[in-house]
Parts: sequence; C-alpha cells; structure tokens
Amino acid sequence: MNPLTRQDLANFAAQPTPDPTEWIRVQLDTGGIAAGAETVYVALEQALAEQHRGCELLRTGSVGYSFADPVVEVQAAGMPRVHYGALTPELAPTLLSEHFGAHRLLDDHVIASRRRGLVLDATVTHVLVGDTGAADGNKSEFLQFSFREELKRRGLADRVQVVRALDLGIYDEGAVVQLLPSAVTYTNVLAHDIARIVTESIDGGRVIDDLLWKMPDKQVRIVLRHCGEVDPDSLEDYLGRAQGYQALAKALFTLTPEQVIAEMKVSALRGRGGAGFPTWMKWQLTRAQPSAQHYVICNGDEGDPGAFMDRSVLESDPHTVLEGMMIAAFAMGASMGYFYIRAEYPKAVERIQRALDQARERGLLGRNILGSGFDFDAKIRLGAGAFVCGEETALIASIEGRRGSPSPRPPYPSVRGLWGMPTAINNVETLAIVPAILLRGGAWYASHGTETSRGTKVFAVTGKVRNAQLVEVPMGTTLREIVFDVCGGVLDGKEIKAVQTGGPSGGVIPTPLLHTPVSYETLQQLGSIMGSGGMLVMDQSDSMVDVAKFYLRFCVDESCGKCAPCRIGGYQLQQVLDRISRGRGAPGDLALIHRICHAMQKASLCGLGQTAPNPVLSTLRYFGEEYQAFIEGGPSYARKMSRVASVATTAAKPPADAGSATRSPIPVKEVSP
Amino acid sequence: MTTSVPTKTLNIDGLDVAINGERNLLELIRKADIELPTFCYHSDLSVYGACRLCLVEIEGRGIQSACSTPPEAGLKVRTHTEEIREIRKISIELLLANHDQQCPTCLKSNSCQLKSVARQLGVDRVRFKRVHEPEPLDYSSVALIRDPNKCILCGDCVRFCAEVQSVGAIDFAYRGHDAAVLPAFGQGLGDGECINCGQCAAVCTTGALTPRPEIDEVWRALNDPTKFVVAQVAPAVRVALGEEFGLEPGVVTSGQMVAALKRLGFERVYDTSFAADLTVLEEANEFLRRKAKNENLPQFTSCCPGWVKFAEQYFPDLLPQLSTCRSPQQMLGALCKELLPAEINRERKDIVVVSVMPCTAKKFEAKRPEFTHDGSPDVDHVLTTQELARMIIEAGLRYDKLKPESYDMPMGFKTGAGVLFGNSGGVSEAVLRYAAEKVSGETLRSPDFHAVRGEDGLRLATVEIGGQVLKLAVVHGLKNARTLADKVRRGKTDLDLIEVMACPGGCIGGAGQPVSRNADVRRLRTRGIYDVDKNLDLHKSQENHFVNEVYTRHLGEIGGKRAHKLLHTCYVPRFPVEATPPATPGVTTTP
Repeated sequence: MNPLTRQDLANFAAQPTPDPTEWIRVQLDTGGIAAGAETVYVALEQALAEQHRGCELLRTGSVGYSFADPVVEVQAAGMPRVHYGALTPELAPTLLSEHFGAHRLLDDHVIASRRRGLVLDATVTHVLVGDTGAADGNKSEFLQFSFREELKRRGLADRVQVVRALDLGIYDEGAVVQLLPSAVTYTNVLAHDIARIVTESIDGGRVIDDLLWKMPDKQVRIVLRHCGEVDPDSLEDYLGRAQGYQALAKALFTLTPEQVIAEMKVSALRGRGGAGFPTWMKWQLTRAQPSAQHYVICNGDEGDPGAFMDRSVLESDPHTVLEGMMIAAFAMGASMGYFYIRAEYPKAVERIQRALDQARERGLLGRNILGSGFDFDAKIRLGAGAFVCGEETALIASIEGRRGSPSPRPPYPSVRGLWGMPTAINNVETLAIVPAILLRGGAWYASHGTETSRGTKVFAVTGKVRNAQLVEVPMGTTLREIVFDVCGGVLDGKEIKAVQTGGPSGGVIPTPLLHTPVSYETLQQLGSIMGSGGMLVMDQSDSMVDVAKFYLRFCVDESCGKCAPCRIGGYQLQQVLDRISRGRGAPGDLALIHRICHAMQKASLCGLGQTAPNPVLSTLRYFGEEYQAFIEGGPSYARKMSRVASVATTAAKPPADAGSATRSPIPVKEVSP
Repeated sequence: MTTSVPTKTLNIDGLDVAINGERNLLELIRKADIELPTFCYHSDLSVYGACRLCLVEIEGRGIQSACSTPPEAGLKVRTHTEEIREIRKISIELLLANHDQQCPTCLKSNSCQLKSVARQLGVDRVRFKRVHEPEPLDYSSVALIRDPNKCILCGDCVRFCAEVQSVGAIDFAYRGHDAAVLPAFGQGLGDGECINCGQCAAVCTTGALTPRPEIDEVWRALNDPTKFVVAQVAPAVRVALGEEFGLEPGVVTSGQMVAALKRLGFERVYDTSFAADLTVLEEANEFLRRKAKNENLPQFTSCCPGWVKFAEQYFPDLLPQLSTCRSPQQMLGALCKELLPAEINRERKDIVVVSVMPCTAKKFEAKRPEFTHDGSPDVDHVLTTQELARMIIEAGLRYDKLKPESYDMPMGFKTGAGVLFGNSGGVSEAVLRYAAEKVSGETLRSPDFHAVRGEDGLRLATVEIGGQVLKLAVVHGLKNARTLADKVRRGKTDLDLIEVMACPGGCIGGAGQPVSRNADVRRLRTRGIYDVDKNLDLHKSQENHFVNEVYTRHLGEIGGKRAHKLLHTCYVPRFPVEATPPATPGVTTTP
C-alpha cells in the first residue's frame, strides 16, 4: 500500500468516514472473549446470514462494562443506539429479529445510555425501566406492567415499547425510567407518576421537572474515548473515524519538540503509572540529555491484582497508544520505541503488533514519516510476568535480556536508560492521553481535575462491587461517587467496609473517608496511593488482616530478592501476620510490624519494597481493632466479632429478600477480581 | 591537579569535605574516615545497591544509599542518625535470620564481614525466626565449597565472576525469598564453567563460598610414618602469610614459614620459585624457538591454572599458542616424585608432595589427570596460604617466636626471577631477563624491566633485546584476557608474548591468600615480591646453578626429551562445556 501523506491525513480530518446506517459492534476484548463474546459474534454472523440482514457486524474493544460482558452495541435505522449486555449466542437470532425486524429492545439486556437528556427532542419510542432501590425487592416487572397498562389506556402501546433494563447507570434512586431516544431520565418514580409520565412526556413531549435526573454522568472519557468505538484491528477505522494520527501530524508539521513539551506542561499531565511524575518534565529531562540515541518505552507491564486498565486500552485502542508514543518520541528526539507488555496479555500483544505492522505498511513507522523527516520505529518486548519488571530499571534490564532486578537510581533512565541511552518510560494510559492533549490543547485537559492532579483517571473497579467495570472520572471525584454513583455500590446490597486503591503498593480507605476526592496527594495522605488505578471494594465480611496478608503475600512472591529489606523483611512480616491470624500473635507483634515496615519503606531498593508495607500499615491504621481481636482472642473470636459487627450494620436495613422476589432485579454476574 | 576552580565541598556530619573526583558519596565518606558498613560495595565492581547499609540522610532528599549517589557540592549528609542506625540494625537482623549462624565452625569466622558489621552496629539480638530449611552444601568442586545457607545475596561473587573474569559461572536464580546464587541449571560448582580462581570466595562477605580445605589430608600424611612429606611454597605465600599473624601485608617471613613447616612435620621444604626458574628456561627457549620459526605466536603463558581452564573452555582454537610448560607447582611436584625416591631410597608412592599456594585453582590443577602417574599424583595436596596459617595456629606454634630456618637444597634455591612469578608481569620479566642474555649473548647490566610492571589489568610493552623488538602484553583478570585473546583470534595483534594471570595483581591477589577487600593490600604484597628479588643475590634464572645441575644430572638439555616428559604438558579443549547432569537433583552432597 502507498505510504500515507500529510494530505491523506488532512483529507481524513476534513471528511471523516461516515458510519454505516446499521451495524452491530461486538466488544471483543479479553474480558468479553472470556465471557463468550467470540461465540456471540459467530452466532450473530450466522443469524445475520440466515435472516438476510444487511447490517454490518463490527469488532471493537471494550467500552468498559465488564459486569455485563459479553457486550454489543447496536445501531439500527429508526432505533436508539443501545448497548446490550449479558448476551448469549442463543439470543442472537432473537436480538436481530426483535431489534432490526420488530424494532423492539430485549428485556433485561439493555444497558442504558450514560448520556442524560434534559429535553425531549424526539418522539419517545422506547421506555427503559428499572428498580434501583434494590434493597426492598424488585419492582421492575411491576413498573413495566403499570407502564404498559397506562400506554394501552392512552392508545400508545403500539408506538412505545416498555423494556426492563439490565443497568440504568443510576443507583439507589428507586424506580428509574429512561425515555429513548432522547435519554430523558426520571428517578424515584412512584406508581402515581406513571400516568403523568405517559400523558405529559410520552404523549405531550414535555419534561416533568420534579422527576428529571439532571445530574450529568460522573464519567469523562478521555483515555477511553475510542474504546468500544473503533475497530482495534483497523488502521483505516482509526484514521477515518477517530481523528487517527491527526495529533501526530499536528506535532510533526506545526509544532517543534519544545512546543509539544510546552503543551504537555500546560496540560499538567502526571504519569498515570502511579508515581505521578510530571510527564513533560520526564520528556524534557530525556530530551536534554545529549546522546546519539534516545528511547521511549511504553510500560504495559500491568500487574496489580484486579487492575485491567492498561490491558483494556491496549486491546481496544492500540493505535492511540502508538500515536502517543510517536509524539513522545518526536518531543524527546527518540527514534526507537519499545512496548513492554506482559506475555499474559496475548490479545494486547497481538493488537499492538498488528497496529505496528499496519503503521509500518502505511509509512507511519520507519523513515521520513509522512514526509516530515522524522524517523521512528517500535518493537514489542514481552514481560515474563514478574511484577517487579514494571519498575523502570528492572523493566530496562528485562528488555536488555538481563534478570529483571531493579538498580539503584541515580542514574535515572532519563539520563542512562535502555542500552545506556537516555530513555523515557511512560505508562499506557499516559501515552493514550497525549494525542487528545495535542488535538484539544493542554488547557482543555487541565480544565479537568483538581489543582495538583489534572485531568481524568481510569480505574478498574472490582471486588465486592455491583458493577465491576472500567471507569474514567475527573480527578477530584470522590471514592464514594465512583463506587456508589458510577458502579452501583456494594454487591448484594451489603455494607461497604473499605476501598483498596493502588494495589499491593496502596492501602485501604475506610468508609468514613470515602468522601475523599481522588488525587495523588489526598490518597497518599490517607496512607494509600493512586497507583495505576486498581480499585477493590470490600464489604463487612472481609477481614482486614486477610486483606493485608493477601497483598503482602503478593509482594513477597513478586519480590526480586535483590535487597534484604524487601526480600527478608517482607517474608518476616508475612510470618508475623500469619502468626497473628492463627491466633498466635504476641502483644509485641504490632510494634514489630511497625519496625519492619519502617525499615522496608525507607531502606528498600525500589518502589516494590518501599510500598509493600502500605496495605499492612493502612489496615493497621484504620482497622487496628481487628488485629487486636486476633491477638487477644484468636481467630474464632476475631471472626465472631467481625460477624457481629457486620450483622449490626446490616440489621439497620431490611433484609434483601423481604419482598420475596423470585429473581434478582438485575441479573448480577459473579465478578471475580 | 592544578585548577583555578575553587574546591567544591559537601558537608558530612558537620564536617566539610572536598570533592575530588570520587565516584560516589560512599567513597567520599570513607575518605573522611567514617566507616560506613557495606556488603555489596566493592571498588573493583559495578555499583549494585542491594545491601542497603550505606544509607545516609541527605538534607532535602531523605534517606539515600551513599554508594549510588554522586557527590554534589553543597549536600548536607548525615551518616548515623537515629533512624538510619535503627534501619541498619534491623537490616542486619533480617540478614542474620536468613544466615546459618555457625560462626565458631565457619571457615570465614575471622574474616566474616557480616559478623564484623553486626558487631560494628551493635546488633545484640535477632528477633526473627530462621526461615530457610537447611540446604545441602556443594562439594562438587575440588577447589571451592559452596554453602548456600550462609549466602546473604550481596552479589559480589556474581559480579566478580562476570565483570572481572567474564566467566559467569554463578548467577542469581529464582526470586523473592527463594533467590539464590547458583551455578547454571542446578549443577554443582565443579561441573560447570567455574575456572576455580576462587575470587568469588575472596570477595564473599560470609562463608558461603570458601576455598576447599585439604588440611585433614595433610595432617593425616604428616602423621603417617610410612610417608615422606615434602612441602613446596609458592612465591606469593611469603609476602602474605604474616598477615594472618598480625603483620603488615608484604612483610616477608620466609624463615619463620620454613621453620613452621618443619615443626609441622614436613621432611623437606622446597621453594616453588626453584621450579619457576626451570619454567623460565623452558618457556623462554620454547618462545625463542617459536619466534625463530614464527609459529604459534603470540605465545601465551600457562602457569595460571585458572587461565588454562578458561582457554580450554573459550579459546580451544588458541590452545596451540599456550606454552606447553607445566606450571612451577607441577614441575616441582614431578621432580620431587622423580628424583627423591632414589635420593632417599623410598618408593614414589611413599612420597607426599604438599604445595602451599596462594591459589584455589592449583587444587584443581594438581588433580588434572595429566599430572598423575602410576596412581600417584605429582602433587598430592594443595594448601592455600590461609590453610597453612590455620595449621600453624592449630599446632599452637607462636609464629613470631619461630627461629627462621632455610629451605632445603637443591630445590629450595631460587633466583629473584623465580620469585617474581608471584606478581603480574613477573613471568614476563623473568623470561626477558633470560631471553635478553640468550639472544644478545651479553650480560644484562640491570635486570629490571619496568616496562612490564604496573597495576593496570592490561599492559602492553615493547622491549628491545639483542636488536630484536619484542612486543609483550601482561594481563590480569580474565575479562582482559578475553578481550586480548579475541583480538589474537581475529589476527588483530602483532604481539609475541602474552602473560595471563587470572587474579587481580597476579598470584599475590590469589583467592588462597588471607582475605582482604583492600586494594592497598595487593600493592604492598607486590612491593614485597619485588623487594625479595632485590634482596636476593641472583636475579636471573640462568644463574641458578642448582637448576643447571638438575639439567646436567637428570634432565638433559633444555626442551629435550626428558625435560619434556617431566616439565611439559598438553591441553584439552573443553568447549562446549560438557553439561554433566547431577546424579541427584541439586548439588553433590558428599564431601
């Protein structure tokens, strides 16, 4: 194929590829595939052929609704654009005939749009209903029934379909109703409101102000802007529909490297790998280092238990990450880049490799890119699954073919990195943001977030949470908002106990502190860290001593063994925790824990050892009484105390099955982190 | 250095210290006479940063490791704050929890760095339980013992083996608290590429790697009335043995040493330098022959058994260029076993030759099959300098009170040239002293060839003798040897003679010598060797009339048939290194 030119990109910018009128996008990321998205894809393909439908079947990455995998997005003429979740291959023919043939949506599979309409700008065709007050039983069917009756009464039953939603994106707001296609949403709808809604809104086209949900969605999708939207395997799709490589062209032809760095400085973007070092400064330092060769590395060695942000981005939007890397390379004068991706992410590796091949084929990699004189190429290096290889110096050692152990810094990689050359290592998420910043401006990016932590952050919310999913929120959003407003709160309506952030390097944040706005600084003050974005929700049945043990065990297993504080300190700490959880703890043990933790934090060679004590220290800080219970009364006493505590807190609310609902209001999938 | 720039200083514990090109803060702090403890810092090796003991508090930066921090003007450094002391103590406690604390029986007891640092830091108890199941010791090597239970993973051995010797016989395996220093594929140390130089043991901060002692066998021979036990002592031993008895490095105590050996029960005490004189004659003639025919040049020396195995493994194609001369140890062993039976009217099998060497590879060399005849090896046992000291101590001898005695003749007689073998550059110089006279036919006015002396790991010298220009290279450290041998292999050198010693500084820096981590010690020993040469009456091997007598009475002509049988050897290519799987998983367990 001919190499792309600057003019080609200008043409794409002037005239984006139009969407086909009817399509189905199957979200084929690893999570989706594991839940059966491939079989759903095949079933849809087959059903399309059988039903002779001309709709296009497309592949995309994940939009982030992990709780509802497999997920597809459907666009049909005369129908609202919707996501379906929790699909099975058996549903494929029905879905096609209903959606495309009868123009009806499927009950219990629709995920409501996160867009909140405020005006009824189109005739209502579908009404999504759902009961979000899950605690006192499921009223969805009752709602649906009442609506249908009311519509019949008004003679609208043929025009408007009432559908039970799988998820409405609004929680604990009683009965929720969304009118499609305008996405006007009413909450806390009572029986007597139904007639009003049908008369005034559906029939009359007027918004009922006292029921209207005006709260905009808490999510702001910058990193995930193309996830689930573009075909990760298609460069054409990226170029035509996602402003692909426009930011690169802008950098190459209208900006100097210094100006790119200046724009990054305005954006105030900080590294999304966890430590939060200003990205522009990292590039500046690398650029300032005189050398014949500079390198840029994309750190895709995501290893925190429960974290899958980087995997999703790599799988769903590989070209954006590559474009970000190329802009970084241009800014710091690098002509070679490496994607360091763990081998356990085969799909991500496959898609990045394809993106590289496609880019090379079209002259986006190689010599004289787009005729600009800029040379760049990139390769993939597979990580063998060692957590410590996410640490910069260990990652470099691993790429060089050496044992993945960290080395002391200085020298920093920006001075002496890969093969001894100045090297900038950026996280996947960081690189994915870069093209957006160049296209829309640093100031636009900086307008999100808080004073010290600008922009948005992607979190992988898992654990005892109702809707485990990828979430992208502006910095400054509180933990409570993320867990309750975006993800629907705790699984099975239990009481929340804590949220763990930052994975094995982070800590727990207890319920009373969930109002904390998320930023690098605030989380650190609470004894946790931002980390790469893993967020684990824990309910009252989770023992905090076990949580500490779990994370510590992870770090002990993953320690490279180079420095004594981490290698032996971590192991000894684990021994003490084991002792305590077996009821063999001694009164001096808590002091001993503090002593070891302090030495590990201060003396360990790298971040792994320095932060490994965080889960222990933070559980000790907020749940010290659980440790005391283990030490004073042994495990059975401690568990009893914990049960009593959990019963006491849940007793305040009516039991979940009070309404003797035969089925769960929302089919919640079992989610394992 | 003359410079107009005002001296840059930084502040260490309230003291202003000038920065003068130090590579890191640790060097500067030590220059300010503050002893920061370390395990993994070694001035010959790369900075590793694993032991976390050299932590200091830098104002505005918090706690940093001094070994990896470059000195910067204006820094305010504190080395012993309450916090740092506490961290250091707990670090040591943690290390001790993972360490097999058999201190009274440990071979390294007197030179153990872990022990001395624990003392220095006032660690008075260990609050942690031992966490490792004891692992079997590795006795597969004839030169070294590996005790994984004592390893604290400072990595000095790994880096020395890889960075200085370019062998990499051991490296880290596994991770986390299973991490260990191991030979490849779980083999024993003796089964792989180890060249037995023993520098791993020399730099080992604990007793995890030690020279394999043969003291018991030697005591047994000494106490066996049917045996006639003969000792030979290598040149480098005399400048280091005193260190074990509180003397300065480089102080020569040959007289006491001979006396001690006699008191221990050795019937004869010979000097390996005698055989070194022999080596000079053989090797120089071999070299001049090759030079005349212009074949197999450059000639590599062959007295270092570490280098010989290294060459056999990695440069099998260059083996014809190695001198075929045996090392002095093996020459003397062969002569003892050949000449003594007639002299004392005993059988060969009743004669036990024990050599005292600064070297662990000599233990391996003595056991090479080429050097065993009729079931009796030319050299029966090899003691290191350390082992001899231990025997002296064990026998209760007061070293400083011993009355000096003399070596036995004839094989205790040597010239300065023979003693020079202890230093890097010594073999070259000794050969030059002979070759110069042989080629020119004139007497050398001054025997010293300063061109081949020095400390650099790779030294080139051009010497003119009798109108002929000779180009020499003197190498110590096998990485340097590898660099040079690679060039030879590619035909990129025009050298005539290459002297290779595996250990830093030559034999005086051997792994059998008293343990020291100080480069100054090597310097003093080197000077000691040159002083011995200076103080001797004769400086050229050809002046050794006992050597000449051995030729006339027993060996015939230099390089002749009989000389060849007793004084020369052959080499076997060992590459690729045969991977012999261990009989049982893990390492050989029987000593």
